[in-house]
Amino acid sequence: MKVAVITFPGSNCDYDGYQAFKLLDGFEPEFRWHRDAALGDVDAVFLPGGFSYGDYLRPGAIAHLSPVMEAVRDFAAGGGPVLGVCNGFQVLCESGLLPGALLRNPSLRFRSHDVHLRVETTRSPFTSAYEKGAVLRIPIAHGDGHYTASKEELAELEGEDRIAFRYCTTEGGLAPESNPNHSEHHIAGILNPARNILGMMPHPERAVEDILGSTDGLGLFESLRAHLSGTLATQTP
Amino acid sequence: MKRYHLEVRVKPRPGLLDPQGKAVAHALSDLGYAGVADVRVGKILDVELDAPSETEARERGEEMCRKLLANPVTEDFEVTVAGILEDA
Amino acid sequence: MTDPTTAPTTGSTPAPATASAPVTATPAPRPGDPEITAELVADHGLSPSEYELVLGILGRTPTFTELGIFSAMWSEHCGYKNSKRLLRLLPTEAPWVIQGPGENAGVIDVGDGLAVAFKIESHNHPSAVEPYQGAATGVGGILRDIFTMGARPVAVLDSLRFGDLDSPRNRYLFAGVVRGVGDYGNCVGIPNIGGEVFFDRAYEGNPIVNAMAIGLMKREELITAEATGVGNPMMAVGARTGRDGIHGATFASEELSGDDDVSSRPRVQVGDPFTEKLLLEASLELIGSGHIVAIQDMGAAGLTSAASEMAGRGGSGVSLEMSRIPVRESGMTPYEILLSESQERMLVVAKRGREDEVRKILEKWELEAEPVGEVTDNGHFQIFENGVLVASIPALPLTDGCPTYEREGIEGDDVKVARARDLGHLLEPEGDLSEAFMSLLKSPNLASKRWIYEQYDTTVRTSTVVRPGGDAGVIRFRGSRRGLAATTDCNGRYCWLNPREGAKAAVAEAARNLVCSGALPTAVTNNLNFGNPLKPHIYHQLREAVLGMAEACALFETPVTGGNVSLFNETDGVAIYPTPVIGMVGVLDDVEAHAMTHGFKAEGDAILLLGENREEMGGSEYLYRKEGVVAGEAPIVDLLAERRLQHAVLGLIQKGVARSAHDCSEGGLATALAECAVGSEKPFGVQVRLEDNLAPVALFFGETQGRVLLSVAPEDVDRALDMARDHGVPAVSIGAVGAPGSSFSIRSPRGHLELDIGRVAEQYHATLPALMTRSNGGEPA
Repeated sequence: MKVAVITFPGSNCDYDGYQAFKLLDGFEPEFRWHRDAALGDVDAVFLPGGFSYGDYLRPGAIAHLSPVMEAVRDFAAGGGPVLGVCNGFQVLCESGLLPGALLRNPSLRFRSHDVHLRVETTRSPFTSAYEKGAVLRIPIAHGDGHYTASKEELAELEGEDRIAFRYCTTEGGLAPESNPNHSEHHIAGILNPARNILGMMPHPERAVEDILGSTDGLGLFESLRAHLSGTLATQTP
Repeated sequence: MKRYHLEVRVKPRPGLLDPQGKAVAHALSDLGYAGVADVRVGKILDVELDAPSETEARERGEEMCRKLLANPVTEDFEVTVAGILEDA
Repeated sequence: MTDPTTAPTTGSTPAPATASAPVTATPAPRPGDPEITAELVADHGLSPSEYELVLGILGRTPTFTELGIFSAMWSEHCGYKNSKRLLRLLPTEAPWVIQGPGENAGVIDVGDGLAVAFKIESHNHPSAVEPYQGAATGVGGILRDIFTMGARPVAVLDSLRFGDLDSPRNRYLFAGVVRGVGDYGNCVGIPNIGGEVFFDRAYEGNPIVNAMAIGLMKREELITAEATGVGNPMMAVGARTGRDGIHGATFASEELSGDDDVSSRPRVQVGDPFTEKLLLEASLELIGSGHIVAIQDMGAAGLTSAASEMAGRGGSGVSLEMSRIPVRESGMTPYEILLSESQERMLVVAKRGREDEVRKILEKWELEAEPVGEVTDNGHFQIFENGVLVASIPALPLTDGCPTYEREGIEGDDVKVARARDLGHLLEPEGDLSEAFMSLLKSPNLASKRWIYEQYDTTVRTSTVVRPGGDAGVIRFRGSRRGLAATTDCNGRYCWLNPREGAKAAVAEAARNLVCSGALPTAVTNNLNFGNPLKPHIYHQLREAVLGMAEACALFETPVTGGNVSLFNETDGVAIYPTPVIGMVGVLDDVEAHAMTHGFKAEGDAILLLGENREEMGGSEYLYRKEGVVAGEAPIVDLLAERRLQHAVLGLIQKGVARSAHDCSEGGLATALAECAVGSEKPFGVQVRLEDNLAPVALFFGETQGRVLLSVAPEDVDRALDMARDHGVPAVSIGAVGAPGSSFSIRSPRGHLELDIGRVAEQYHATLPALMTRSNGGEPA
């Protein structure tokens, strides 16, 4: 299972994503440069975090015009799974592949710490290995993570079960103090209507080994592997 | 062809949370400016553009805004021709 | 699509790549250059005797361009003229030291074929003027020092000091510096794994901003910055040169006066972390490609220092053609181009004939590379402008011939008075000291620093094993069982009261922090932040601190592999505390098994205290908060006892006996116990009974050195105490970890604390955010 890890100028979580895929048997991650107009023969795409083009203008705004994004668009249109994390999520919103936008954290400060996420849906290639309602501990590290969208879009996301993760308390409750960037509807990650594109601000690739403090992000990669190999993912609590 | 100076103003859409604006308003009150009801922070881009006419220059500026300079989800824009720089 | 990194090209036709001239050729003054007068020489920071030396080296009057070059290279910042003789006293060698002082960064062997490059550097003056850019460019500069050695930066730390936070100006400086450190490192993608911050009125107007970076490489990837190979082209790489930061090096070597912060603004450089990230990737690819011989950052004194130092180290000459330097502004003179401190620029010595390959790599990363000169065999640093020689200076005397001084050092009278002050009354309160402790926790020096490090990406690169907030940060090395711990430490109050003991304490605390994290202290980088060394009492501080540091580093076998000297840290003639910051790294043989944190792990675990309690209140945070003074004798440091303690603690960690380990420092035993209790997700209770019949203020809040708190499983207590005593370390079991949410209780024969742990935790976490949300909380729009 080949995974294209996209590197934009200024990406800095591309290597972390690459390493996370490497940890799981079956994945063969490969880097793709932002100028590459074709993805080649790949089974999934990972859009990493970082500061593509220095976040100049708006996070993700310049990157979404890269040649490689045309290829990603085509890949996604054909049903291929695309995972965008942090800056990758911002790129997906800027490119219109996901609705809404990510704005400056209301605290005006970069926030870097572990958060708790509640798995809201298991109906996706990225979340099938989790149990609905499971609480994950995963780091965030971003300055622009306040998710916003129109009322209609938010209603659609809710109505179509397209919210993948919400920020929550350790017990799984929704509270203002557990929503680090005051995202609307506590949104941490969302799916497109076809459910093959996931964008999320927290970094699952940073929570894949005990030595890093959490393995709660592994389920995401396991889900994707199961999806690609056509098997059912084993549910991890 | 002439070289036009386009002034592109990009502003947060009305009603959208603007934490920077809030912080600036707060700081102004702290400095003793009474009656600061609201502040919104946007940005201005100065674009120098060669175009056959003023209308075309403005239209191209607006297209740039739709494609890149402004995010339609969160921002409004306004393009004005601020001057003619030189014959290009 | 538009490429934002490429500036418009200039219209002029470039002059021939390089010329060279015989060393006997005399450069012509440029039209418009000012006449060289005694005033102009003095304005360039050169003394009459130094100018005499310049005349001797050149055998003639310098041109204006040459005067600028000497001025920058012989500034304190580049020439170390007031510190070099003292720095020679520091131990710099050990079998594991691959590169000692004198290069862009020190390098040590960490086993498994890996090497670590690390260094600390100051950006105090720029940060005093423009905190955000000052701090950001400080991080940028130190990262370049690391990757120009061939190492990939894997961690940064920051050591910061400001005036008290009740002033809006200090809150503005503090918030801006933190944002600057964060934004730059976050964008480049280097985790921040630790550091320190300290607030005291001594840093009013002259904050300390020291940034440390650590890089990892395979041993064979090491590259040093020596310009060798006559005829090899020198190429300017990265961002273009503008007029920013001209004479930053001399600026960094002058005192600030209270009112010149605004007028100094044009000198401050602006950082671009996005370009830095590209430059980092491009540089490592270049080094790996074999197309280049050497690479160096254009840092302090810009192109001048980069080119002349590379020539000096390589024992060669260089010639540079000014019209070939990619510039951002028109009409720049050679003087300006040579001294510009525009950021994110590198000078590369390529192999002859490989220019196109070099350019191709840079283009991939959307950067420019322009041949601007070549390595020559005449030993001279020669500058041409459109083929006309405008400067010609022997390289070695320029880089190594800066005169060094040994000054007179006499202890200041104010310190003698402060030290002699009787603090006996401080020890009087006995009985219930609960509320005294609660008010102590309102000190930002003791409270949680989460407000700071949550603005730093601490987990990018997925190698951070211990994040900031404890004794030291720990990272793993991928593909190896090994890892590295790093810390920065210095208590300026102790150093002011007694610079020798204070410097020893800084080294000892750094080593203790590493040991508490499970690492063996390995090597040091230092940042000497002092006032004006021409004043005898400051020179005394400098000399004493270096002597203390030398003694401690020798005993702990932690050689100094490099660092930075920042002198003239004064505002309106008042100096900061002497602040010799120690950046120390230590190796963990088995990072997974040995990495240790300070937070208690389980209810019922026994709490052990290793080391000895004494009645020492001098220079303490308790004294500063209570009476607003820094006085008394600094805590004494018994280096031999310290070494025994560290061996014992490391042994207990490596044998798997210790479940947590924490150094006792500012705020004393009570603060250290509170930190252990709140260091986990749900704060544990603490039940401690001390038998020492000391004044409880000293026992709870005194800052006696050489103490470590451990927690161990109840069944391991005897074994742990025996192991400690085998090392000759006093050790006692002082109590137990209580249930989460229970009480925080410390009792002694003469006093006690009894508090709800929830209240302690709340205050501990609330102090800094509360101070920073005050009006004008330093959040400039």
